[in-house]
Amino acid sequence: MERPVPVPDAATAPYWAAANEGRFVMPRCTQCGRWHFYPRALCPHCSSEKLEWSDCSGRGTVYSYTVVHRAPSPAFAAELPYVVAIVEVEEGPRLMSSVVNCAPETVRIGMKVRAAFRRVADDTQLPVFEPA
Amino acid sequence: MKLNAAIAGVGTSRVGQVADRSALQLQADAAQAALADAGLRMTDIDGLLTTPVRVEHWNMPCGVVANHLGVKASYLSTVDVAGASGCAMIHQAAMAVATGQASAVLCVAGQNLLTHGSRAKAVKSMAEGGSAHPQFEVPYGPIVPSLYALVAQRHMHEFGTTPGQMAEVAVTLRRHASLNPNAHKRELITVSDVLKSRMITTPLHILDCAIVSDGAAAAIVTSIERARDLKKRPVRLLGQGYGLRHSHIGEHVDLMSTGAVDSGRGAFKSAGLTPTDIDVAQIYDCFTITVIIELEDLGFCKKGEGGQFVEGGRIGIGGELPVTTHGGLLSGGHPGLGGGFFHVVEAVRQLRGEAAERQVRDAEVALVHGNGGVISIHCTIILGRG
Ligand SMILES: [Zn+2]
Repeated sequence: MERPVPVPDAATAPYWAAANEGRFVMPRCTQCGRWHFYPRALCPHCSSEKLEWSDCSGRGTVYSYTVVHRAPSPAFAAELPYVVAIVEVEEGPRLMSSVVNCAPETVRIGMKVRAAFRRVADDTQLPVFEPA
Repeated sequence: MKLNAAIAGVGTSRVGQVADRSALQLQADAAQAALADAGLRMTDIDGLLTTPVRVEHWNMPCGVVANHLGVKASYLSTVDVAGASGCAMIHQAAMAVATGQASAVLCVAGQNLLTHGSRAKAVKSMAEGGSAHPQFEVPYGPIVPSLYALVAQRHMHEFGTTPGQMAEVAVTLRRHASLNPNAHKRELITVSDVLKSRMITTPLHILDCAIVSDGAAAAIVTSIERARDLKKRPVRLLGQGYGLRHSHIGEHVDLMSTGAVDSGRGAFKSAGLTPTDIDVAQIYDCFTITVIIELEDLGFCKKGEGGQFVEGGRIGIGGELPVTTHGGLLSGGHPGLGGGFFHVVEAVRQLRGEAAERQVRDAEVALVHGNGGVISIHCTIILGRG
């Protein structure tokens, strides 16, 4: 059974295209200068439509995490236990991701992490994080 | 503003594993029970509210249910604010009655969620079709409890809340369910049972999570004058509020403050009451951590003190603030979106003094709180003896 793969839409295609090239990007408002995530039509801070995709540093900290012991579908069963985390990136926004390349029990809130990529399909890489 | 509306009847179907009833049959059972409770007939009903179900595809659920029950409706709608739908249906029915669009609105929700699919199937359909963002969350493999586990872990980090305190919620609500003949899970459990139960997604064990059940609940809302002429003592809607801070947990600005702050503030303001006026609180309990955070955000204790608040029998029947006295989603029953409607039914029974062994003495004002998504969308209602 295949892992669920993100299906990009017009609003999110640049994010997934960048990830597939190994670049981690987020939307930034050119009016107020602030970043946000997830992508949306209007800046959540100032309601401007003037948004652009910008490269992020990829540096962040673990805001919260959970070690998953029960898979949502057979596609994830072989990976148990694994970490699902909310990472706060240096630019401000948070996003859900995984923390990889370390034992799940070593993950902590406040831990410094950096972006990495995991290939889940021929044309899709997921942004993930590893200890910095 | 107080609306001229009251709850005149409530009812539930059998709850638990009810293999011999379809979703519509369960809803019909609950509706008939509510009609009998009020002393009304289906022909007296001219408004209908319901919620979507997960077990079947219903094109326009309110039309399917109204047609199945034979309701000739001058007002009907499908309410979907996820787990907050139970509370929201009461408020929306009250608005329909107060504006004269309908004279008696039947609110009904529920389904055969347990019988329809195995638990594994429910877990998968909730993870992929439920509260997780399809592009930005589902690919990382969270189950629905993981989304709440992220909240719980942060709460533990910021405030020192413990797994034992979360377990207290499960233990107390199971004790309440043991006093409810129609509850799904009635065998008593201990804190140690919860902590030793299977770890699902840290820090949540299986006994920190809501169960999956078959069942339906219903209520009838009419004007106060009409309700006074009916069989049972009316229960008034005193106030209500809504709140939304995020749609997905990964993007939440501050996980430690939820839309329950706003919905609670709105409800207390419209009712002209404060948390100290509440005699019994039917708090949405999809997970143990949910109850702790909602008690804080609704103002029953300070932020960060919810873990201590649920200890020492304070939220048990006979305690300072009895919480979710029918056993809730953790033990009473959880048939999906209709789950939160049992909290409303229980509040009405408490205010009428009909809760038998579960009765909270002198209960005159009840708060009911529903939350949906991942502690995302909230509706709080306050009910009082009419
Ligand atoms: Zn902006």
